[in-house]
Amino acid sequence: MLEAYRTVLQARALDDRRFVLNRAGKLAFIISPRGHEVAQVAAIAALQPGRDRFCLYYRNFAAALACGFTPEELMLAAFARAADPSSGGRQTPGNFGSRRRGVVIGSSTVGPQIPKAAGIGLALKWKGEGALCYVSFGEGATSQGDFHEGLNFAGIHRCPVIFFCENNHWAISVPQALQVAGPGVAERAAGYGMPGVRVRGDDFFAVRAAVAEAAQRARSGGGPTLIEAEVLRLQSHSTDDDQRAYRDPAELAAEALKDPIPRMREALISRGWLSPQADQAIRDDVNREVEKATEAAEAAPEPEPNSLGRHVYADA
Amino acid sequence: MRMPERTLVQAVRDALYEEMERDEHVCVLGQDVGLKGGVFKATEGLQQRFGVDRVMDMPLAESSIAAVAQGLALEGFIPVAEMQFADYSYPAFNQIVNEIAKVRYRSNGDFSCPLVIRAPTGGGVRGALYHSQSPEAFYCHVPGLKVVLPSTPADAKGLLKAAIRDRDPVIFLEPKKLYRAERQDVPPGDAALLPLGSAAIVREGKDLTAVTYGYMRAVTVQAAARLSPDGIEVEVIDLRTLRPWDIETCVRSIQKTGRVAVVYEANRTGGFGAEVAAELAERCFASLDAPVSRIASPDVPAMPFSAALEHAFMLNPDKVAAGLRQVARY
Repeated sequence: MLEAYRTVLQARALDDRRFVLNRAGKLAFIISPRGHEVAQVAAIAALQPGRDRFCLYYRNFAAALACGFTPEELMLAAFARAADPSSGGRQTPGNFGSRRRGVVIGSSTVGPQIPKAAGIGLALKWKGEGALCYVSFGEGATSQGDFHEGLNFAGIHRCPVIFFCENNHWAISVPQALQVAGPGVAERAAGYGMPGVRVRGDDFFAVRAAVAEAAQRARSGGGPTLIEAEVLRLQSHSTDDDQRAYRDPAELAAEALKDPIPRMREALISRGWLSPQADQAIRDDVNREVEKATEAAEAAPEPEPNSLGRHVYADA
Repeated sequence: MRMPERTLVQAVRDALYEEMERDEHVCVLGQDVGLKGGVFKATEGLQQRFGVDRVMDMPLAESSIAAVAQGLALEGFIPVAEMQFADYSYPAFNQIVNEIAKVRYRSNGDFSCPLVIRAPTGGGVRGALYHSQSPEAFYCHVPGLKVVLPSTPADAKGLLKAAIRDRDPVIFLEPKKLYRAERQDVPPGDAALLPLGSAAIVREGKDLTAVTYGYMRAVTVQAAARLSPDGIEVEVIDLRTLRPWDIETCVRSIQKTGRVAVVYEANRTGGFGAEVAAELAERCFASLDAPVSRIASPDVPAMPFSAALEHAFMLNPDKVAAGLRQVARY
């Protein structure tokens, strides 16, 4: 439990540092998980990294940490260094991939991982080892045809897939009202013959329980589940965006007070699992870790220019 | 031993059958590939033999056909996906171009995605605008993909078997006009295997090189025969694989003939033949006695349904012979 909390704090501290480095001109481009961290870490906490497959999307910085990426590895990606384990500095830092961790390499277009996860789910069903595929995306991706195609296929073949929508109500500047017809994303599950669950994304225990139930269903042959976790986007879409230009200042101020991390800390303290002293010790430790990761990544070598043509085909 | 006479579509089916027998990871998916055995019968009998999982009828949604194939490939299966017509592969374009083609590159070699996407291509069967297109240039433009376009039963079998065994994703385009156009002795089993990236000189000549592929191979050979009585001997090269394509065989031929025309069924502008022409012009400049020429279909959106308009669109031996004659006389 404290491990999950530590991961949430790691994500926030690393992200804060990345923004500072971006403003200092050292990092080209960042997509922040701010506001999503608790939901992401809670979802992965209900699964089995190393056994399951994870098709993550570009805001899944905290989920990547929960899947086993280290702070230094994620900083290597932020600096686009050769040792970035996801892509060796080829992709923007939100595209996570690690074969040995079961994290399937992502791309930057919106939604293609959804039907791909259905295919991975089919393969896992054939293998019959009880593994499942977890795929996450924002509510903007639910407008894509690939969302429909992926859920339709997984529904037909009862693939062991968990479709996890992190609904922060904004796709860059387009609000949910102009994005999603009907009451929300969870209701759409009914059309694909699978359960649809809406859950508060700032409630660690609720998210973990919802994903655990979906995992149980997937592993026991019960097929896929669609989960909609309602979260807040406490940062702009990316470092190239400034949401103050299109969002109501009063709403932004109100949302800033609903940061899920203090809520998680209070829940842990009220259960007696965390003391304020222990909390401070974890934070100090995480900050040191961020410091170390940043220094190591910044000092790491860039990709060799002559590696540009590598891995286009198997023999090159 | 007498080798079996097979049509091109039977040869495709034989390749699938043999590869599925050889390796239990090979599976087939697409619209109507199971119960019906494919709209062109390319997968006939496979589901009866290999079952409903390994020969899977897919929902009518091309993006998910490509995406599910990719998911299976990432898990170690070897999917052969069928797009019912190459014209219908565009809804899967993002999955093919942004996802499948770039998996290896964007993961810095950590992941790969060996699979085959088969699709009937080309016109001349009254298929009209949306069952006649030749979209090979779109896919040839994408590093990470291989593109094959055979023109005979033996080539189709040998190249499809090689494509299924390849470690990279292959777009395998089958000229539907040739599916039942001829029967040919096709070697059984692995004797049929052909390496990707190797062209065939299908007619020898000393005066002019014609580089072509797909249905245009037969048309070009007929056209070449019409020039023969006038003492013009055309060497015809069938590329067979378009990416990677066999530049060296073409260069050697042009060094001998000093003249080259590229004959292709797709629209002229930006067609794959334009790339062939550009590359050969660059490589062979000092050997050339005439400008590199393209003989291609007109730049209209696609092939119309009307027989008169289809005829007007399609290259035929007369049109190709006229084009070749111009290059020969330059």
